[in-house]
Amino acid sequence: MLTLTGTEKSFGPVAVLRGVDLELRRGEVHAVLGENGAGKSTLMRIVLGIEHADRGTMSLDGQPYAPRGTAEARAMGVVMVPQERTLCPQLTVEENVVLGIEPAGPGGLLNRAVARRTARLALDLVAGAGRLPLAVPAGSLGVADQQLVEIARALAQGGAADPAGMRAKVLVLDEPTASLGKDDADRLFERVLALKSAGLAIVLVTHFLGDVRAHADRYTVLRDGKVLGHGDAKTVPPERIVHEMLGRELETARIETGAARTGVTAGETLLEVRGVAGMEKPRAASFVLRRGEILGIAGLVGAGRTELLRVVLGLDRVRAGEVKVTAPRGIGLLSEDRGGEGLMLGRSIGDNIELSKRGGFVVRPGEVRAVGARWIAELAIRASGPEQRAGDLSGGNQQKVQIARLLREDYDVLLVDEPTRGIDVASKAQVLGLLRELAGKGKGVVLVSSQLDELVTTCDRIAVLRRGELGEPRPANQWNEQALLLEAAS
Amino acid sequence: MTAVAAPRWKRPAWLGPLLALLVVYAIFAVITPEHSFLRTQNLLTMSRQTVVVAICALGMTLVIVTGGIDLSTGSLVALTTVIVAKLLKGGASPVLAISVALAVAAVVGAVIGTFVGRLRMMPFVVTLGAMTALRGAAKGLASEQKIDCDPRGLDHVLEASLSAPGIWIALALAILVAGLLDYTRFGRHVLAVGSNEAAAKLVGIDAARVKIIVYTLSSLLVGVAGVMEFSTLTVGDPTDSAGLELEVIAAVVIGGAPLAGGEGSIVGSVFGALLMTVIRTGAVHMGMPSWVQEIVTGIIIFVAVAIDRARRAKTRA
Repeated sequence: MLTLTGTEKSFGPVAVLRGVDLELRRGEVHAVLGENGAGKSTLMRIVLGIEHADRGTMSLDGQPYAPRGTAEARAMGVVMVPQERTLCPQLTVEENVVLGIEPAGPGGLLNRAVARRTARLALDLVAGAGRLPLAVPAGSLGVADQQLVEIARALAQGGAADPAGMRAKVLVLDEPTASLGKDDADRLFERVLALKSAGLAIVLVTHFLGDVRAHADRYTVLRDGKVLGHGDAKTVPPERIVHEMLGRELETARIETGAARTGVTAGETLLEVRGVAGMEKPRAASFVLRRGEILGIAGLVGAGRTELLRVVLGLDRVRAGEVKVTAPRGIGLLSEDRGGEGLMLGRSIGDNIELSKRGGFVVRPGEVRAVGARWIAELAIRASGPEQRAGDLSGGNQQKVQIARLLREDYDVLLVDEPTRGIDVASKAQVLGLLRELAGKGKGVVLVSSQLDELVTTCDRIAVLRRGELGEPRPANQWNEQALLLEAAS
Repeated sequence: MTAVAAPRWKRPAWLGPLLALLVVYAIFAVITPEHSFLRTQNLLTMSRQTVVVAICALGMTLVIVTGGIDLSTGSLVALTTVIVAKLLKGGASPVLAISVALAVAAVVGAVIGTFVGRLRMMPFVVTLGAMTALRGAAKGLASEQKIDCDPRGLDHVLEASLSAPGIWIALALAILVAGLLDYTRFGRHVLAVGSNEAAAKLVGIDAARVKIIVYTLSSLLVGVAGVMEFSTLTVGDPTDSAGLELEVIAAVVIGGAPLAGGEGSIVGSVFGALLMTVIRTGAVHMGMPSWVQEIVTGIIIFVAVAIDRARRAKTRA
């Protein structure tokens, strides 16, 4: 259906794509895999017409395909749901779904009845019949539901409600399940399969190998701008896919984190949380954090994980209970929302790391550069230098910049919220290894993650947050993924 | 159809400003001597006094909804009065004078919109420049003097009378622009650009084009307001309406539009403009000095924004 041949693209001196071939078939889910910085995003931007390839050709249904922008790509039947949130929070769900394709009625006025019908159809297709309301502002929905609204919009743009049938031929989903809980993710893939049998070619850009195995038909692995492997997603063993992605085995990274864990004994108390409740969530949370340990917090989307961290840090108001901080150097938070509140994407790496409430009145640019350069070396951040914009980095490297800022402040307690969201397998292992190492050096870490395997392998103790109530922390070796999921979902 | 979560009733944004307007009006109606505030003539006078600010506020609402701002309003009104007066003095017909003035205003808006939209310059900076440059142009065109001329009937456009067209024109424009924002595809795109420009671009909306049209419309409306101002002045005055833009922005803010964009109500902005006139007129009726009225208007702005914030905090929780 869609064929790319010899696609090349450079940004300045950096070659991002170096001759990529990709072939999509009608009625398949095609997973595009690769580490961050492998060129997945750029490839998708070229397919969508946002970027233009330096070399190479594309064809759609046998016709030459060279969209000059998203509008043209859409008209030819290629639509995308990007990874980042792109809803207008003040507009209603209905208005968001039909945005850009508002049906015109007599006299150029909006035809609201048709708009409502289109939105309803597209939304029911994605979320299940009648599950999401149309008339509420999109910003009032939870993140998971917002994601569904975005997918509904892409389908509406692809003519989901046209009596003549869908124009859409290719649907690109960029990390669609990154912010979804398991139920929502499963429902999403149910819909994806329905769309697939309707004849769409679906591109699934993802980091979840489990999703690939369960839901994709074929896969293509990118590494350093080249295709390093492709095949049948159902039969090729996952170990081989991981090997193609990384060029090495994953196991070594696992063992390192495991090794760092031995010989750690919990020390003095850094943080004591007793019966804390926030305005909405959490409703009741108690735990003690000591030096040298990682406390994991598991929970479904919407359980109040981020809210708990914010209350502990003092960003949100405490309604009841007590947060007693005995850590001499205080508490730092690594936000799950890297682009939104974690980093100044438009500022340099140095500026981001150096940002602090402490420090003197005068800021010397040379020192900012030096600080940036030091941490780039320390954490092996892949960047051209301390002056590079944080927004230009891949997700994993952005995460390291955030961590560098916390380390520079030398906090005793690190509250870490979804540190591996949207970053590749190798960076994941690095970030988790880094947390383990920090705990070994005497920090206390609270790790919130929806990746249960990550919690089990990284943490010393794990507590489950369920509908705003935090359970008793138990040693990590008493948990496994199934037990955690059962506890969180019950 | 299966059960859908009942859509929550969305309180219209103009309700707050309307209530404030009614309350303030009622207070003055009670405390003014001899109830002079209730007379029909007073209502007409207040309407007449609101026309210029209200018409400007229609366009300013659109601009603020896109997340922009326009500081050139006062200067453009002055320039319009000068152009109309100069042409009338030169013997042109009123229709020609008005047409030329409106065309100039629209071109000014298109230029501002192009800078803001295509060249992606900050609206504050672009319109700050326009404010200064247009004021200079007005002064140059008028040789730094008021231009006296025979108004040739234009002085009767805006009067405190039901038979004068000015008030009706303002009302008709308000209905048109409100309809444009709430009931057309273009209006939806204006809201989308202000709410999340990246999202608007993603779905294929040309955000720059939307902004160019918004600034052009806004300046065109300012031109209409300039004609109304000329009707009141009956001269072309290059120093007229200095600071008008701030009054207009105040009306829009009282009307419930956050400066961050993405929301706004034309009807609310008109109520905001009326509210400021009621306060000013009431103060005059009570024999209060003008500084009292200025302080009260300032407090109303604070209170309007504070209430709006509190309401938002409640719905978000």
